[in-house]
Amino acid sequence: MLDKIKEFASEFFVTGDPLILGAQVSIGLSIVAIIFALTFFKKWRWLWTEWLTSVDHKKIGIMYIIASILMLFRGGVDALLMRVQLAAPELEFLVPEHYNQIFTTHGVIMILFMAMPLMFGLFNIVVPLQIGARDVAFPFLNSLSFWMFFFGAMLFNVSFIIGGSPDAGWLAYPPLSELSGSPGLGQDFYIWGIQISGIGSLATGINFVVTILKMRAPGMKLMQMPMFVWSVLSSCITIMFAFPILTVTLFLLFIDRYLGAHFFTLDGGGNPMMYINLIWMWGHPEVYIVILPAFGIFSEVVSAFSKKKLFGYKSMVFALMSISFFSFFTWAHHFFTMGSGANVNAFFALTTMLIAIPTGVKVFNWLFTMYRGRIKFTTPMMWTIAFIPCFVVGGMTGVLLSVAPADFQFHNSYFLIAHFHQVLIGGVVFGYFAGLYYWWPKMFGFRLHEGLGKWAFWFWNIGFYVCFMPQYALGLMGMTRRFNAYDFDMGWQPLNVVSTVGAFLMGIAFIFQVWQIAHSIKFYKKEKDGDAWDGRTLEWSIPSPAPLYNFARLPQVTSQDEWWEEKQRIANGQPAKPLVPLEPIHMPKNSGIPFIMSLCWFTAGFGFVWDWLWMAIPGLIGVAICMLVRSFSYDTDYYIPVDEIERTEAALRGTK
Amino acid sequence: MAHAVSTPAGAHGGHGAGHGGGHHDDHHDQESLKTFGFWLFLITDVILFGTLFATYVVLRLNTDGGPTGAELLEMNGIIISTFILLTSSFTSGIAVLEMNKGNKRGLILWLAITAVLGASFVFLEVNEFMHLVHEGANIGTSAYWSAFFVLVGTHGLHVSVGLVWMVALILQLSRRGITPVTKRKVSIISLYWHFLDVVWIFVFSIVYLMGVM
Amino acid sequence: MMRPYLRMLTPVLIMLMAVMLSGCGEQFIVLDPKGPIGESQKDLIYFSTILCAVIIVPVLILTAVIVWRYRDKKGSTASYKPNWEHSTKLEITWWSIPIVAILILAIVTVKYTYALEPSKPIESAKAPITIQVTSLDWKWLFKYPDEDIATVNYIKIPEDVPVKFQLTSDTAMNSFWVPQLGGQIYSMSGMAMTLYLQADEQGSYYGSGANFTGKDFAKMTFKVDATSEEEYKAWIAEVKATSPALTMEGFEQLTEPSTSDVQLFSSFPEGLFNKIVTQYVNGDGGAHHNHGGGTTEPAAAADEEATPADTTESHDHTASITNSNAHNHAGH
Repeated sequence: MLDKIKEFASEFFVTGDPLILGAQVSIGLSIVAIIFALTFFKKWRWLWTEWLTSVDHKKIGIMYIIASILMLFRGGVDALLMRVQLAAPELEFLVPEHYNQIFTTHGVIMILFMAMPLMFGLFNIVVPLQIGARDVAFPFLNSLSFWMFFFGAMLFNVSFIIGGSPDAGWLAYPPLSELSGSPGLGQDFYIWGIQISGIGSLATGINFVVTILKMRAPGMKLMQMPMFVWSVLSSCITIMFAFPILTVTLFLLFIDRYLGAHFFTLDGGGNPMMYINLIWMWGHPEVYIVILPAFGIFSEVVSAFSKKKLFGYKSMVFALMSISFFSFFTWAHHFFTMGSGANVNAFFALTTMLIAIPTGVKVFNWLFTMYRGRIKFTTPMMWTIAFIPCFVVGGMTGVLLSVAPADFQFHNSYFLIAHFHQVLIGGVVFGYFAGLYYWWPKMFGFRLHEGLGKWAFWFWNIGFYVCFMPQYALGLMGMTRRFNAYDFDMGWQPLNVVSTVGAFLMGIAFIFQVWQIAHSIKFYKKEKDGDAWDGRTLEWSIPSPAPLYNFARLPQVTSQDEWWEEKQRIANGQPAKPLVPLEPIHMPKNSGIPFIMSLCWFTAGFGFVWDWLWMAIPGLIGVAICMLVRSFSYDTDYYIPVDEIERTEAALRGTK
Repeated sequence: MAHAVSTPAGAHGGHGAGHGGGHHDDHHDQESLKTFGFWLFLITDVILFGTLFATYVVLRLNTDGGPTGAELLEMNGIIISTFILLTSSFTSGIAVLEMNKGNKRGLILWLAITAVLGASFVFLEVNEFMHLVHEGANIGTSAYWSAFFVLVGTHGLHVSVGLVWMVALILQLSRRGITPVTKRKVSIISLYWHFLDVVWIFVFSIVYLMGVM
Repeated sequence: MMRPYLRMLTPVLIMLMAVMLSGCGEQFIVLDPKGPIGESQKDLIYFSTILCAVIIVPVLILTAVIVWRYRDKKGSTASYKPNWEHSTKLEITWWSIPIVAILILAIVTVKYTYALEPSKPIESAKAPITIQVTSLDWKWLFKYPDEDIATVNYIKIPEDVPVKFQLTSDTAMNSFWVPQLGGQIYSMSGMAMTLYLQADEQGSYYGSGANFTGKDFAKMTFKVDATSEEEYKAWIAEVKATSPALTMEGFEQLTEPSTSDVQLFSSFPEGLFNKIVTQYVNGDGGAHHNHGGGTTEPAAAADEEATPADTTESHDHTASITNSNAHNHAGH
């Protein structure tokens, strides 16, 4: 019996690597510590009622952001491990198998479990507040989306210590990712982890499109929406059209592996190229899904800290929408070298270049928002200013890559790696950091320490250039991506060492950010005013953090910078808007179903990964039961009475 | 899109006028939001099926030396299935008409008829699949059959989910009668059902007609 | 802190790019091509870089100037127009700038896309030699069908003679890349791709597998030696005389996942390349059906597939690999 358990455990857990053993021990200890702390401080009920079952968009947003920062940590550690290996490959710090796992998980985690949730977190916190709504259109679905993401991410991450990590690259091209190339369980964890969280993303996309189109405050026309809301709309429309393709693609790969079908296999008439096409038909829009909201954030920040209206509003809207549209017609530029012929390559080269036009226009508009403004160098603004040169250069290398015949020399080299890190870090990460710093006071009701934030900023930026500029050079020196070692003299090592130093500078920057948050909590100073930055849009018109119902009275909107205009009117001695009497506010009730249902999905996914039908089928039945229970429950909302609103408002505003 | 002024928000007295705008409006707006959301969901489902159709078209000749669709597919059964599903779409339409008349019993009756028709469709499909497997064509036989089973099966799965949903809805209707909430639910499932019908017409033409001809 | 940073950053960036792109060292092999294909690609890289730089350098300078001039400081004399949000003239200007640049680049790109289509033969008075390339787990097998010799992880070619590479893969998709000769192309199982390259100079060039194929993919590097024709012929004679033959069993062993040093073979089984290409095709109608796989759906942007034909073909086994690259799917 004991031997059986031992044998099972040796298959079940990943064993034999001191690094992983260390991780297993520390994860085990952290779980014990968390359970102990929750029990000791009697916080279980609080956790359940206030967070796990919450349908409040602000709390869901915060949970997204916490999860994404944890994932940033893990993806970042992966990156540092890779950089150590590449700086001194002769030390064999990582064996090839381990290196392959790490670059795979780094890619998946950074895009799907770091950038996406950070983006969704900002959507959740900001969009309802900016459009003057009390929640998203479907709060229950919103909570479900979060938990689907969370459990999907956990399923993916658990492969690190249980069963083994995927190692076929972040997009898992077959035939390598088929059973013939990757017989291990890692690839199954990959499929189910991404699939479960992907369904959540799809639901979020629909949710926010409805929210934005149908729930704007009275008077707010589409062309008066804050630019961030426009960017969210364009991003969510892109999600709606792109994510179903991912769902199908992963599902087909699963069917191939699990039921022996022949969609992408070598034998049986399968077509691996079809997978590469399908995955990029999702994958290319996906990078625009994450960058578009960053464009929106920059637009908000640049206008707020230049004390000036956003320049070229209509151009910006048009640019966002056209980028979102054209992002669906460029996918084949990821494999110009597949030999699709000159016609195909020429077509996709042109569509790719076309996207550069609206993107370039946006840069001009940001510049001319600052032009004749008064620029204040707060942390959000610094990230925005640093973004512009970084993104311009990254965009330029992107245009170079789009020149199909030249791409034959860039493809799969470090030139490509440097390019997409420059647009993803310089664009997406800088953008979300700007957003995080900008809206932090709104989320939590206190400010982050600016000094530490600036240290983090400089370390990030210098680290970024030190890390990635050499990689352009390495690409031109012929270094291909995913090499775990180079035991021949191509002169690559010095630049690799430099690059590794840069990566560690960014690691230090992350520590500064953690320190900054810890420091700011320790020296907590409540925001007295909801308007931390002398803002322009509606979210700054209410207290920080916003009360459960956001707006006691829904605002009447007449212009694009409604709150700014209102402040101007008051400053000019014009009367403030008359206060209408309060009314009971209709709110959704909390629900535990999203959490439980996602847990059931996790169970089902875990069961399918291990081919344990006794676990997978009950998981799926659990999902069905959760859906039915939800369908049969009619008591899902309530009203906040007027006197309670009055008390809350008095308490919040009374501190003014 | 300026009509967004009439969002649920409006009911809360944002206009300063609609104070009495009470709870009924909220429900009404909630329901219309859900219907709109469902339309968007259907768009994503169109993409999902579109992708499956694309894979089918790519792989339709890749039989790897094994049996082809033309050899094994039997049109008679499929024509009956098609007829049943089209009829069920029609009966679900009658159910909505009954609902609009306020006839709860008629609504439940026609929904039940729709569900029975749907169930027979699923039954015939399962039978067909079993027959094919018996004839030596399963999901692992060749890329063609993989694509066939997954495309047709995904449609069948959608119909099955719709069945469970419809039964749940019949139970809710019998308990609660026709309310704004159940009304919205019925119109959504009817929408879903028509959608599956349209998808089936494509399956029928592309997989069966073109596969056999 | 901000201001000196921005002022410094821009020139530093530009300098970095300049250093990188000047190809100052021989280590920048992409920018130091030794063949006509690589040469054209290098020209294209320079051209597109300069064209883009013409736009982005002024933008970077403009950024620095604006950030500096309109910073918020006491007694700033710069103008401040908080409500200035639109100027048709300006916006037309910056819609046109990228449009013009992209237009120029697009024309050049399209022209070069057709000119550098990898399956297009290189114009030369000399007849091309053919090398059949197979990516295995984790080594390259090169076969010289005209000379009937084979090598692993090593290529020797004569200078000034076009080389027609036919590529396939035994398992996962790899990419055949010799930067100093020219750009890469994928090697994929079940089909034969074509890539023409040529060395204009004698020398030893680095080659690698550029697409990840699993555990020891990093070990799939190889050397391409370009020599004089005499030397090349002498080498072939030597290989024929001194090396063992590659048998079918030997090939099976090569397909086992492992790494390999350079190996030379005096002959190889007839029709081996065809066998590798068609190994996954089953049944009589298989070839035809497989062909349908890539061609019908534009989404599947498939490429030329070997029309595999029967493997019992005559002596000239390359003839059956009908390269239908010209026939690309102009679905778009």
